[in-house]
Amino acid sequence: MAEPALSIRGLTKIYGNGFHALKGIDLDVAQGDFFALLGPNGAGKSTTLGIVCSLVQKTAGKVSVFGVDIDKDFARAKYHLGVVPQEFNFNQFEKVEDIIHAQAGYYGMPMREAKPRAERLLKDLGLWDKRKGSARMLSGGMKRRLMIARALMHRPKLLILDEPTAGVDIELRRSMWDYMRRINREEGTTIILTTHYLEEAESLCRNIAIINHGEIVQNTSVRGLLAQLNTETFLLDLARPVDKPPVIEGFEVQQVESNQLAISVKRGQKLNDAFTQLTEQGLSVVSMRNRANRLEEMFVSMVEDANGGGARVPPVRQIDSGEVAAKVETSHTGTGGRR
Amino acid sequence: MSPMQIAIALWTLVVKEIKRFTRIWPQTLLPPSITMTMYFIIFGSLIGSRIGHMDGFSYMDFIVPGLIMMAVITNSYSNVASSFFSNKFQRSVEEMMVSPMPNWVILAGFVIGGMVRGLGVGLIVTLVSLLFTRLSVQHPLLTVGVVVLTAALFSIGGFINALLANKFDDISIVPTFVLTPLTYLGGVFYSISLLPGLWQGVSMLNPILYMVNVFRYGFLGVSDIPVGLAMAAIVAFIVVLFGVALWMLERGQGIRS
Repeated sequence: MAEPALSIRGLTKIYGNGFHALKGIDLDVAQGDFFALLGPNGAGKSTTLGIVCSLVQKTAGKVSVFGVDIDKDFARAKYHLGVVPQEFNFNQFEKVEDIIHAQAGYYGMPMREAKPRAERLLKDLGLWDKRKGSARMLSGGMKRRLMIARALMHRPKLLILDEPTAGVDIELRRSMWDYMRRINREEGTTIILTTHYLEEAESLCRNIAIINHGEIVQNTSVRGLLAQLNTETFLLDLARPVDKPPVIEGFEVQQVESNQLAISVKRGQKLNDAFTQLTEQGLSVVSMRNRANRLEEMFVSMVEDANGGGARVPPVRQIDSGEVAAKVETSHTGTGGRR
Repeated sequence: MSPMQIAIALWTLVVKEIKRFTRIWPQTLLPPSITMTMYFIIFGSLIGSRIGHMDGFSYMDFIVPGLIMMAVITNSYSNVASSFFSNKFQRSVEEMMVSPMPNWVILAGFVIGGMVRGLGVGLIVTLVSLLFTRLSVQHPLLTVGVVVLTAALFSIGGFINALLANKFDDISIVPTFVLTPLTYLGGVFYSISLLPGLWQGVSMLNPILYMVNVFRYGFLGVSDIPVGLAMAAIVAFIVVLFGVALWMLERGQGIRS
């Protein structure tokens, strides 16, 4: 049996302030997999990936990348890794092509090999025309694509994407998904993805792990996870407003707005039965949609369970692009004293 | 990594560092040239002509080696301190950390970059000094050797400073409150033989005094202190500080959580 692309055993991280970020997690990611690591903010996703790529020092545990133990030969393990971090981490004042070429150099790739590779990646990711410009002049989406191109320069076998599409508009996000699918399918690159867009994980990934409070609470296939989904909630837009939510036998109904209802449908129930009862009460539905995507619903219920049922869960939501831009700006403003 | 891959990685880092300070040359290369020209005009020509001779040489000839060394020290130090800290601040240091490059290559790359800037500025100051005096070098090998070693020493110092720094203010504290006073009191503008006995003894504790004096000895053939001892001390400092910087890098001091 082939070595897993990533094998984690008993991984523990306690930060200097005493925060127990990881509590001995075990995780395997198979070669060629497209794997999602999900969890609320502060759950331990970035810490896990940070340890794998040497940005965070582990407290205990074992990590192997394609069978190479990072404690024994981290340099060789790093050859297999490409990393796209959550926040921009390149010198904003350098030219795009200089950033890419330097990355190749750090991996010992000669320039005669690096130049054609850079050209192909920059063209694939729509950055070729920007190669002579300073990185700070790129849009947020372009900066994210630059980090993807940089991470792929040395042809890694395992690509780690930490929220790669945060703050990227929908059209661009879709094109990035296509690109990631392509390198996973055609080049066999194993991909590990963390994301707040659960739709992204559902669309791209075959397997999934959910981490919460430093522990893995679920590790299964996306299909298997969705099969566990017991309840889906739909939003129904009514043709006319109602004063109070109608009673629909067998279904839980809440009024969201005067002309909008939320209806919970358990596995095995037929939505048709709800529609029939609504029609009998003289209510007609003009449109309908899922309140959240299926994976998101599953995710929230799992994290709630892990938090002890009624415990408050950090809201799982899509990050607003403006918020991301503000966050990045706060992190990277100021170059004072740069001499 | 194979030796060839290590050579490519080191070359990449050095070229990147050189590109950085040459790209912003009005901030890095021009100011020291102007400052030193002012020193030559004011201290060398205007005031120096009234001071007369120092250790048997015209005051201009006496201060030229010290001023070159001062430029080398401050530029080597500040180049590495600001460059590496800027990499930390922008998180681009992570590019290097996730790569298989050994830590000693990262350290050497920044140190060589700092040395190139320090020596480059030293060369510019030397050329400017030729407008004011005729330089003769008594011991060329020693002169080159001590200036290269000094550039290396202060580049490593700048690297350690950057590792420990948490904000940009932290990389200006040492140059302002340590390096500048030690350089001014290190015999750049005067011979320590002019000082009373007690202060001569205190001056001997200043490491920059040794570097300035050895460098001046290379040019003029006179020194206040034993040249061999000074060279050995510089080499020892380089070895110790390189070891400390590497140890800090291995521990991830200031760059890994």
